[in-house]
Amino acid sequence: MTKKQKNLLLRVIIAGVCMIVLALLPLKQYPVVRFLLFLIPYLTVGYDILRKAFKGIRNKQVFDEHFLMAVATIGAMALGEYTEGVAVMWFYQIGELFQSYAVGKSRKNISELMDIRPDYANLENEDGETERVDPDDVEVGSIIVVEPGEKIPIDGVVTFGSTTLNTAALTGESLPRDAGVGDEVISGCVNMSGMIKVRTTREFEESTASKILDLVENASSRKSKSEQFITKFARIYTPAVCCSALALALVPPAVRLIMGMAPDFGDWIYRALTFLVISCPCAIVVSIPLSFFGGIGGASANGILIKGSNFMETLSEVAVAAFDKTGTITKGNFAVTGIHHTTMENEKLLELAALAESHSSHPISRSIAAAYGKEIDKSRVTDVREISGAGVIAEVDGHRVGAGNLKLMRELGVAAEECHSEGTIVHLAVDGVYAGHIVIADEIKEGSEAAIRALKAAGVRRAVMLTGDKESVARAVASKVGIDEYRAELLPADKVKAVEELIGESGPKARVAFVGDGINDAPVLSRADIGIAMGALGSDAAIEAADVVLMDDDPGKIAKAIRIAKKCLRIVKENIVFAIGVKLICLVLGALGVANMWLAIFADVGVMVICVLNAIRCLAVRSL
Amino acid sequence: MKKTYKIDVDCANCANKMEEATKNTEGVKDATVNFMVLKMKVEFEDGADVDAVMQEVVKNCKVVEDDCEIFL
Repeated sequence: MTKKQKNLLLRVIIAGVCMIVLALLPLKQYPVVRFLLFLIPYLTVGYDILRKAFKGIRNKQVFDEHFLMAVATIGAMALGEYTEGVAVMWFYQIGELFQSYAVGKSRKNISELMDIRPDYANLENEDGETERVDPDDVEVGSIIVVEPGEKIPIDGVVTFGSTTLNTAALTGESLPRDAGVGDEVISGCVNMSGMIKVRTTREFEESTASKILDLVENASSRKSKSEQFITKFARIYTPAVCCSALALALVPPAVRLIMGMAPDFGDWIYRALTFLVISCPCAIVVSIPLSFFGGIGGASANGILIKGSNFMETLSEVAVAAFDKTGTITKGNFAVTGIHHTTMENEKLLELAALAESHSSHPISRSIAAAYGKEIDKSRVTDVREISGAGVIAEVDGHRVGAGNLKLMRELGVAAEECHSEGTIVHLAVDGVYAGHIVIADEIKEGSEAAIRALKAAGVRRAVMLTGDKESVARAVASKVGIDEYRAELLPADKVKAVEELIGESGPKARVAFVGDGINDAPVLSRADIGIAMGALGSDAAIEAADVVLMDDDPGKIAKAIRIAKKCLRIVKENIVFAIGVKLICLVLGALGVANMWLAIFADVGVMVICVLNAIRCLAVRSL
Repeated sequence: MKKTYKIDVDCANCANKMEEATKNTEGVKDATVNFMVLKMKVEFEDGADVDAVMQEVVKNCKVVEDDCEIFL
């Protein structure tokens, strides 16, 4: 609790005790003494509200909640309803205290969740000694030392040592990453095992951790439609209620007077005062930014950066999802996905292929070497002959091995088995006999299929894949992961057009999201209703271009982001409907004279507490 | 030019009022007040004297919400 909050709490307690004592004392016979005694708790708990209301009037800012509370409580006191007058002020302050505590608490929670701000850097000077400095003061190209357990403060390249990094604070997943000399490391990661030295490549302000924090902090500045609605609503609502209250206090008694009845001023003024108490707009005004802040904060702790409350809103309405293929649904690297029709063990075939191709640095050769996974002894390979556009022929352990496409097999006079798998096929012939083939393709990410299913469950009606790749590859990938439609052989500009078409075909409430890896698809990311970039860890371009940034490349996060947005928006709507609904009902009851001051207090403070508690639920998104 | 200032204010509605008051200050092109992170972002008109404008902003904010603070 802050000093202000403690102070208020103390006043609330003192006034509360005072009230109980006064209620027990037999004071009915001494009205003046009773009034003066009740002033003690009233002023203790409410003097600052009265002062603010007075200052508001002086500054010509009449219709604020302090004014409402001051008029309502002074009015109640004037009517002789001392207990109620003090109670209204008391509960109002309890509500303020609660609200301020809750907001402070979620501020703290989120900064803990987003615990990536480095506090210091260990700068190494020319003598090799280290000095602890403010990371802001570290120049580009300096050497900093990061001990185990410390956060990397600034982006850079490792110049000494090797270690394992924990990226959990950035991605929400605790998948350790290895880093050694020459590797780029980004700020915000925690060094887990060994001491490393890093040559900084950026200033602190430009480093990943600073950028992410900046993004999250600014996110709630971009206001959503619900927030704009409430701002406008509050602006007309309070004056409107004040005027109605005034009318309620004056018009009915006047009418009664004209009709020759007793005016009942006291009764109507009491009704007008309950009106004022009910009308306080705090509940909605605070709960909505709190909900968005919680949702955005909770999402960032899961490695999902949503750049604004407005994007949160759009995200919750996504009905069409367009995907880039390479790097989004597939891993974007080539790997051996199958070995067919071999006459020997798969291992042996891979070994021969890896050896035969060992002199080439072609991506295909590299992926075969990677699948083989063992050290390649190049001395076993002699007499290598590359045949351009066909493959390679080499002597391996004294056997004549040919590795390449069908053309090479024909040239060698070997009958090859045709392959029906998608991808690049490497056929092998050993000593003039067909030995089988290896299929190399871009691998589909493990999570892709589940991600598409989760998206459908989250309300996405249409999933479309946009790719520059061949028709056949697109078809195979789409059917494997469960994507309904695909458009193949698109140039980058065609992708923009495709997204525009999707936007045109969808209704105004059905938003179109585009998911890409941020490489080459910035125009599409910005053209879609909402652009989602994935695998953005360390990629500035993606962070700039997209509206939603997924820190790692897990496609499952897309559905998670939508679920978070939906939950947050649902809570916002619940709060708006609940708060306005309860207030309207109570206003009607108050006007009819059914509602007393206690119900009015509930409509004000009770509703606010319920709304704030509901808003805090937005923070809990980990299990979504 | 844009600048960010730390602020202190107790209620969300007051933050909205501060935003409105800041926007209506001469020399300010646009402003956003973020109640949740207690920060205020001010975009100034070209050629505006930032210090002088901010003095005005503080004054205008104090009018709509006496109990607020802008750390210049």
